[in-house]
Amino acid sequence: MERQQDYVLRTVEERGVRFVQMWFTDVLGTPKSFQITPAELENAMQEGMTFDGSTIDGFSRVQESDVLAMPDAKTFQLLPYLGGGPPVARVVCDVVNLDGSPFEGDPRQVLRRALERARELGFSFFVAPELEYFYFAQMSGEPDGVAPIPLDRGSYFDLTTNDVASELRRQTVLTLEDMGIPVEYSQHEDAPSQHEIDLRYTDALTMADTVMTVRMVVKEIAAQHQVMATFMPKPLFGVQGSGMHTHMSLFDGDNNAFYDDSDEYNLSPVARHFIAGVLTHATELTAVTNQWVNSYKRLIVGYEAPVYISWARNNRSALVRVPPTKRGKRDSTRIEYRAPDSAANPYLTFAAVLSAGLIGIEKAYELPAEAAANLYELSPAQRLAEGIHALPGSLSEAVDAMERSELMAEVLGEHVFEWFVRNKRAEWADYKAEVTAFELRRYLTSL
Amino acid sequence: MEPLLLFPEPAPPPLAQALDLSGYPWKAAVSIEAADRIEPDDGWSGAIVCADIDPDGAFALCRSLRKRDLPLEPLLLLVAGSQLGELELREDLFDDFCVTPWQGQELEARLAHLFWRTGRGTRPDLVEYGPLVLNLETYQAALSGRPLDLTYMEYELLRFLAGHPAKVFTRETLLSRVWGYEYYGGARTVDVHVRRLRAKLGEEHAHLIQTVRSVGYRFGQVAWHPGVAQRTGT
Repeated sequence: MERQQDYVLRTVEERGVRFVQMWFTDVLGTPKSFQITPAELENAMQEGMTFDGSTIDGFSRVQESDVLAMPDAKTFQLLPYLGGGPPVARVVCDVVNLDGSPFEGDPRQVLRRALERARELGFSFFVAPELEYFYFAQMSGEPDGVAPIPLDRGSYFDLTTNDVASELRRQTVLTLEDMGIPVEYSQHEDAPSQHEIDLRYTDALTMADTVMTVRMVVKEIAAQHQVMATFMPKPLFGVQGSGMHTHMSLFDGDNNAFYDDSDEYNLSPVARHFIAGVLTHATELTAVTNQWVNSYKRLIVGYEAPVYISWARNNRSALVRVPPTKRGKRDSTRIEYRAPDSAANPYLTFAAVLSAGLIGIEKAYELPAEAAANLYELSPAQRLAEGIHALPGSLSEAVDAMERSELMAEVLGEHVFEWFVRNKRAEWADYKAEVTAFELRRYLTSL
Repeated sequence: MEPLLLFPEPAPPPLAQALDLSGYPWKAAVSIEAADRIEPDDGWSGAIVCADIDPDGAFALCRSLRKRDLPLEPLLLLVAGSQLGELELREDLFDDFCVTPWQGQELEARLAHLFWRTGRGTRPDLVEYGPLVLNLETYQAALSGRPLDLTYMEYELLRFLAGHPAKVFTRETLLSRVWGYEYYGGARTVDVHVRRLRAKLGEEHAHLIQTVRSVGYRFGQVAWHPGVAQRTGT
């Protein structure tokens, strides 16, 4: 047996672990899991655990419904946030077909494929996302369309509301650190009850697993305190939404392939082509980075969310920002992609943005000039003159752009691509059929 | 560690001395019966059989040791150069051999290698440094008695670092020794794991892994006194 698996089995035994959660993710980034007992674990690690893929969105057609969850022993980790009782551990799984081939519907495989392409070009891909989210008073029953109540406004927690939210965030960060997830910053964001957790970079696969873990921990710890945490992109009208700004760099061995000290911005040709690739294909990948009807309520002018396809060094209205780095800090030269929201599927998001960047490198795309002014202030005519286009304005537009994209079909693979388009068209149709509060407010009496 | 079985009795003085120096406990026996009589409860950790002194007795002993329900291994045979021909068709009787006159260093290296291959013996069961204890047998790590929940790679990295305190390692060395050469993540991977480990060690103990600017990492303090702050043993 491999030492890694031996490690897992011994740890389960030594620590008296009673259940092991097998984690995986569906196409839309919803965490999924089933529990097994330690007795089943050894077999699970060697042969995988069969489960019915058709019960899970996007995972299978009915006639080929059996798939295997193969634990990735590297990801084995005890879950400290479950409090007392016998310890519970989790292990992230790859989903494979019964013949052992990667399952086409598994987002983790999509990302693995994209990383493999980067590797063939000699690059490893590092990412560091910033996750924004809100704390709200817990609701009784199903959401009924009424705006949620922020913790630090209103009377729900009286005078101590701020303390409650800060305490929750503090506990969350400590728990994450216990799980080996270092947090770079955590802070209260601009909007009421909005918080942000910035993660330190890791390789993209680990980070996608980490993002899933962080969302889980944030929600779980909030729930333990009768608070609701949400990663919904835009839960409140009139304030900022929750983004997942993602910092990215490519390393060529131990060298930051984005860094070039002879360039005035310290950006290497690789970095410039990468940014050009991301900008060129931004429209096509928006359906993945911003996959919900609600995502497009965040991508509007005036809330520090990107709307126009452009890049800049110090302009937070740009889609790609090149954060300034300290002199000589060549390793921290990176780019920040600001479109993704906190409810994106991290596996697909990292895969899509990376692949767009790699095409830029392979085809040596020319990087347009940096966006000079605040893009929000330009008139439509000025933007046209500068050749600056807007991101899709709705899920419908985004899906249209994605459907025409060869790149996205290739990155996601036919299976995920087709399912995704179909699922999102259905979501849009449901949304279109709704009569919203906006309409009732505006039209009911006046028309 | 359980003692090694030595044949014959009395053990040749240079052999006894070499083993004492390198810290291997041993007991000598004159025959298989004697060996069975003085065998420790947990069994011999291995055997060193001198075939250059009593060839027939030596090979007979080897054969009996191998025929036991649980064949004794590892078994190191010491032979004279003129005896090499006699090893033919006796390959199953020993795990490695050393030609006399052997050198202490060679003997030690062969023993270490044998024990590594059979996974027994000299590998220390515990690595301790201040409040940190690693149980190599069970893969568990604890800090001031509190178990650390490590992933496999975090454990391996900590084990390597704590096993070589006060020594500075470059990222490349750590990558090749802990991850193996086939890993392609680059030296940044080391940084990522060090950060994760520090997070788990907690603020109070994060300094156990020190960054040595523009070189790499070091575990523990420079001024380190063996036997005081750290102890690796059986």
